[in-house]
Amino acid sequence: MAVATQPTLATQTAHSMTVRGLKPFYGKRLAVQALDLDVRPNQILALIGPSGCGKSTVLRCLNRMHELVPYAHAEGLVKLDDINIYAPGIDPALVRRKIGMVFQLPIALRTRNIYENVAVGLRLGGIKNKAELDTRVEKALRDANLWDEVKDKLHLSGMALSGGQQQRLSIARTIAVEPDIMLFDEPCSALDPISTLRIEELLLSLRQRYTIVIVTHNMQQAARISDRTAVFMVEKNDDIPVGVLIEEGPTEQIFSTPKDPRTEDYISGRVG
Amino acid sequence: MTLETNMLTYPRRRRVDKALRGCTLVATALAIVPLVLIIAYVLIVGGAALNRDFFTQTYRPPVPAGVDPLTGLPIEGMEEGDLSQVQARGGVLHGIVGTLMVTITALLFSLPIGILAGIFLAEYPDTPFNTFIRFCSDVLSGAPSIVIGVVGFTLIVRQTGTYSGIAGAIALTFLMVPTITRTTEEILKLVPNTVREAAMAMGAPMWYSTLTVVVPTALTGIVTGALLAFARGAGETAPLLLTIQGNSNLSFNMLAPLAALPILTYKYIESPFPAENQLAWGTAFVLMMLVLGVNLLVRITTARIKR
Repeated sequence: MAVATQPTLATQTAHSMTVRGLKPFYGKRLAVQALDLDVRPNQILALIGPSGCGKSTVLRCLNRMHELVPYAHAEGLVKLDDINIYAPGIDPALVRRKIGMVFQLPIALRTRNIYENVAVGLRLGGIKNKAELDTRVEKALRDANLWDEVKDKLHLSGMALSGGQQQRLSIARTIAVEPDIMLFDEPCSALDPISTLRIEELLLSLRQRYTIVIVTHNMQQAARISDRTAVFMVEKNDDIPVGVLIEEGPTEQIFSTPKDPRTEDYISGRVG
Repeated sequence: MTLETNMLTYPRRRRVDKALRGCTLVATALAIVPLVLIIAYVLIVGGAALNRDFFTQTYRPPVPAGVDPLTGLPIEGMEEGDLSQVQARGGVLHGIVGTLMVTITALLFSLPIGILAGIFLAEYPDTPFNTFIRFCSDVLSGAPSIVIGVVGFTLIVRQTGTYSGIAGAIALTFLMVPTITRTTEEILKLVPNTVREAAMAMGAPMWYSTLTVVVPTALTGIVTGALLAFARGAGETAPLLLTIQGNSNLSFNMLAPLAALPILTYKYIESPFPAENQLAWGTAFVLMMLVLGVNLLVRITTARIKR
């Protein structure tokens, strides 16, 4: 699909992202004040903050999902390794294959069985060979810690799985295409504690191969799994609320000695 | 502790509750009873008109009692009777064939147009153009069908110089497209946005996400819309009178006048002979069964696809 004259998204072993002066808009309204952010290779970066602070919006800017909201657009520089994903000529669909995303609600595609739920991304990538599809579907399901539970019912509807299993199925679908970066938008907020634990273990094991950005409402979760944490807050700008990135640093430091007093208030449960 | 209530207002609340429930019951009965009566009457009276000839023969003129139906000559020794003694002959095979040909052709025209227009309205961002299309669609679906008939007559029959099945199919298309468009749009809007986002997040292009994820999810609803359109098209009389005109013989020629069940019903109920009036109920019965049969068939198939 990539034409020779277009910039292509190069692949290398460890991937990072660089955000400079990113400004997401909904219509004419600025959602988050211009922010800089570095996503380091093989690390988990957690985005935390109260509702409406724009952390999900920022996450969705990282793989150009933001612009799918009607009238939404983003300005600024977002680089995957050294390629600006907002450069003219970049195909957003290709960006989304390189930077996968898992959502808050588990999505099992209703009209496809479990196998096809995982294979769909591979087929999109042009893989038609049945044997290769089988291998990669199995590998993705194993990586998502789901294989043992579904290997005997791959032909069943994905809707037959529990919520936690459906979320791991969503993760398998995202892993299957072997993206460079994986984005998680509150992946555990609709799950029970045991399923949450399994997803967290999965995230930690995925970190060895992937670079991960996760939005979470659960501060213990951020503390448990992330290497670095970015804290967002809502500020009033002429009475219009706008999200602000107030602090970013190693998770330990954010949770023990935050520089911004608002971070301390938030993580100790006094606000938000 | 007691579970009995001694609240002062309790008897009154119970009375109000009963009265309201009674109201809803009466309203439901008012809605359902005439419907059941109509269906029962069509089934009983129409069912009585059915026999083998009814499905295998085309129109044949009725004969008075005392006349040999085969030769048309008076039978000796019998007197020619009054109108109520007239024997109906023949069947409505030509009407069944005509209705199927015209309605299915119309469905073939309107399905792609209606579904694609519905996808356009539901899946692409709202613009003034969309609002305009939606408005036109609503107006068109509410337009009196005789108006559609006049349009078909002026645009096609007058231009081509002949009544024809194809003119009827095009007129019915005008009627069916808005129904299909609007039901497709409404059903697609019920598909959760998260499903679209999941498809887009895999790097699927918009068309792939729409055609392979969103539309299949909404398939049953879209099929229901198509069925409604089919039922409406099959039952229309006014546009067909002005476009296919009617035909007493079996014809498979879409470029010439065709018969159709609603037109036959109209013709037979106008007939001065009670025996032919009964044929009208028979055609009404067949028309109802046709719509019901197609409905069942499609429902069974979609249920199987879903599984």
